[in-house]
Amino acid sequence: MPIQLLQIAVQLLITLVVPPLLVGVITKTKAAFAGRVGPPVLQPYYDIAKLLRKGSVFSETTTWIFRASPVVGVATAILASLLVPLGGHDAPVSFTGDLILFAYLFGLARFFTVSAALDTGSAFEGMGGAREATFSCLAEPALLLGLLVLVKRTASLSLATMLGAAVPGEWHTGGAALVLVVVSLFVVLLVENCRVPFDDPNTHLELTMIHEVMVLDHGGPGLGLILYGAALKLFVLGAIVVGIAVPFRSGSFGLDLALFLVGMLVLAVVVGIVESVMARLRLRQVPALLVGACLLSGFAILLASR
Amino acid sequence: MSPDLLILVAVALLGFSGFPGLLLGRSSALGERIAALLVTLGSIVGLVVAVTAMSVVVSFDGPWPVPGGELSIRVDGLSALFLVPLFVVAPLGSLYGLEYWPQRDHPDDGHKLRLFYGLLCAGIALLLVAGNAVLFLVGWETMALAAFFCITTEDGDEKVRQAGYVYLVATRVGTLLLFAMFAVLHGATGSWAFAAPLQPIASSAATAVFVLALLGFGIKAGLMPLHVWLPGAHANAPSHVSAILSGVMIKTGIYGIARVCSFFPQPPLGWGVVLLSAGALSGILGVAFAIGQHDLKRLLAYHSVENIGIITMGLGVAMLGRAIGSPALVVLGLAGGLLHVWNHALFKALLFLSAGSVLHATGTREMDQLGGLARRMPRTAFAFLFGAVAICGLPPLNGFVSELMVYLGLLHSMSSDRLWFAGAIGTPALALIGALALACFVKAHGAVFLGQARSERVARAHDPGLAMLAPMAGLGLACGFIGLLPAALAPVLRCATAAWAPDLAAVAGSVEDLAPLRILTPVSAALVALALAGVAAVARTSKTPDVRRGPTWDCGYAAPSARMQYTSSSFASTLVNLFSWALRPEVHAAAPEGFFPARAVFHSHVPDTVLDRVVLPGSRAGARVLRWFRWVQHGHVHVYIVYVLAALVVLLLVSR
Repeated sequence: MPIQLLQIAVQLLITLVVPPLLVGVITKTKAAFAGRVGPPVLQPYYDIAKLLRKGSVFSETTTWIFRASPVVGVATAILASLLVPLGGHDAPVSFTGDLILFAYLFGLARFFTVSAALDTGSAFEGMGGAREATFSCLAEPALLLGLLVLVKRTASLSLATMLGAAVPGEWHTGGAALVLVVVSLFVVLLVENCRVPFDDPNTHLELTMIHEVMVLDHGGPGLGLILYGAALKLFVLGAIVVGIAVPFRSGSFGLDLALFLVGMLVLAVVVGIVESVMARLRLRQVPALLVGACLLSGFAILLASR
Repeated sequence: MSPDLLILVAVALLGFSGFPGLLLGRSSALGERIAALLVTLGSIVGLVVAVTAMSVVVSFDGPWPVPGGELSIRVDGLSALFLVPLFVVAPLGSLYGLEYWPQRDHPDDGHKLRLFYGLLCAGIALLLVAGNAVLFLVGWETMALAAFFCITTEDGDEKVRQAGYVYLVATRVGTLLLFAMFAVLHGATGSWAFAAPLQPIASSAATAVFVLALLGFGIKAGLMPLHVWLPGAHANAPSHVSAILSGVMIKTGIYGIARVCSFFPQPPLGWGVVLLSAGALSGILGVAFAIGQHDLKRLLAYHSVENIGIITMGLGVAMLGRAIGSPALVVLGLAGGLLHVWNHALFKALLFLSAGSVLHATGTREMDQLGGLARRMPRTAFAFLFGAVAICGLPPLNGFVSELMVYLGLLHSMSSDRLWFAGAIGTPALALIGALALACFVKAHGAVFLGQARSERVARAHDPGLAMLAPMAGLGLACGFIGLLPAALAPVLRCATAAWAPDLAAVAGSVEDLAPLRILTPVSAALVALALAGVAAVARTSKTPDVRRGPTWDCGYAAPSARMQYTSSSFASTLVNLFSWALRPEVHAAAPEGFFPARAVFHSHVPDTVLDRVVLPGSRAGARVLRWFRWVQHGHVHVYIVYVLAALVVLLLVSR
């Protein structure tokens, strides 16, 4: 029992500490592709620490929803992270159907983020909110379809078992389906975290942004929490993708965790590569790609149900 | 007094509640207070019976000089489950009506509204406890006609009359189908009892009963594409009536479908497939139509179509489980669907009541003319937000619990070789419904309550008084309670499942074992605690001196105005375009042209495709054909009496 508690503590610590690092790695990768040195890998930590110490300006139009939304974003992401096993070992919280809670926690965060955008009464933030709400209508079925393949293959209804020790065996018996799932969930990861090709976090034109324009009015600690919440979300969704994609489990907690962390860093590098070699899609092409991700998982279900 | 007589007392109290007011003066406030008191009393009595019926079936058979049987009352777990929302929403709506529709402001129609409000509730209660086809139809028709008069309360308005007429035609068609269903049932069993038959029914008759029930009850429930009456009726009725209609009345259709399905212990697989597909279609298109609406109450009405879809999906899962003999599917699907009946009654009533208080304060239901009400009406805004989070099925509120159970049923079907398609299609459909509902409610809440006021009257709005706020608070508390302590409802669900499938309920594990109801309590509590702790921490920092207030940053533009905000139509436009194959949005635009452009116009509207493109043209074509029979109808009463006599003679000859 104490060992399990220790494992939970380690997992919680990693979940709380590592996420901004991923953002730093993505930025560094992009800089390397562009032939620049780029900001230090730890820059996101400095940014968040700086923002948390600053004051803020709140719009006169806003209500308590605007101030609460960054907090809800972080709270839901932390709770969601407790459902995901890191490295294939037990998740701190696990029960039948926790994958639904996982998906709906992000829904709750989205509800408040988009509401906060509308709370400012700005047309730009309204646009960003509308895009976020629209694209997630297609991303959510894609996420659940992807997880459904694992439900079918592992005959289990909790993330801890679905991403647990059974994964290497599944790669042996149904590798083709899992490849499709990994690709599909990677697309979901990109759209849910507003990365290229769906959204460009570095763009400078408000008219074309999604996530960045929604949070235009936030500043100081609120913005710091939003940056941290976004990094957490990237980490948690990434943990699902890596959990499926890494086809080895050693059985030792430390070794698997190390393997998992290496996987997460590789994932961040891949996201950086995608951002470096692709341009963002036109907004009207985004639904098509998301439907494509749903269809990939649909094929995977057919493969898994043979 | 024995519980079987008590339920009759409850029905009588509800039905009688509006009558004393008729004898009092046009502007006397006494009548409305008596009515509210009687409705409350009747509901308390009814709740007592419903709770009793959850432990032991309340039944009563009395002599009744009506062809077709005896006065048969039967309250089992299934009836009791549907009775509870009625007895919760009815008194709250009645209390709300005291301030929302006071007699002194509405001397012309106040008495009428309360009379039919009481009769509507009495009719619903009666049909839910009827154990006999004739008694059921008496209750059904009382409900249907009383609802018509409630909907047409403001019958001076042409739109209201049209909505009422469409409702009346739809409910007549539904009743006709139910007559046919009961006739087939009587032919197959030889009895008018509305209870599980003693002998199994032949398969052809069974199919006929199922199809007729699905259509007849489906019209009342508002299943797509039979929903044509629902948006207009819910939007145009007074808001506390909308709450009863949407929260309780349309559930009688679900009750009918569930009850009829319980008659068949071994249904064909196809029935479950039909229910699941009808539910998914209703859910997706219901919410898609909701996204296109500009009228706040019409939007809520389409969400009823969506939620009825989710409930029907649950029933479909239960029927699939029954077809292949899987108790887990039966328990999860049925319990999820039935819990959603309660949840939808609570949060939809909450939403309609808060929409009503917006309408009361501002005089408009057009979302694009509202805005910024969260600062003017903080309590109403909070109530609406609470209801919106609940209806989107988000944790930690009650909508999540029931949707989770339906999801679990669908996921369980993945492990079956014959049923995996149900999970593979149903799960993403439910996810799509959830995400679309979220987009829709973010839009509605944002357009109405957030941002800046779009008109002068809206900027002067204020929260209503206690009589309107207290019912909303009560409904909100109930939503929170179910969200935080779902395990408390397990006995209710167990007893409804036992009434629905007595043979399987004994075999199946309990709801708490199949669904993680107990663990949801700490998880929801943790979520609430984390969020509250974070908000408290942020609130402390915002007291520091370097926190200022200023205008919204609008990318360098110096004079933002309320008219420049993103409207609800703009918010929805991408989604409306994605679904344009079903929604058929109408857009009238005149772009500015030339050097001295005239006034530009943009107008968009999402009409009801089924009503405007199928039902109305179809009825016009039907009317053209039937013109040839107009000569029989000429207004001479004595000739009509000849028709009646001739019809009787023919019937006597035929039936001999």
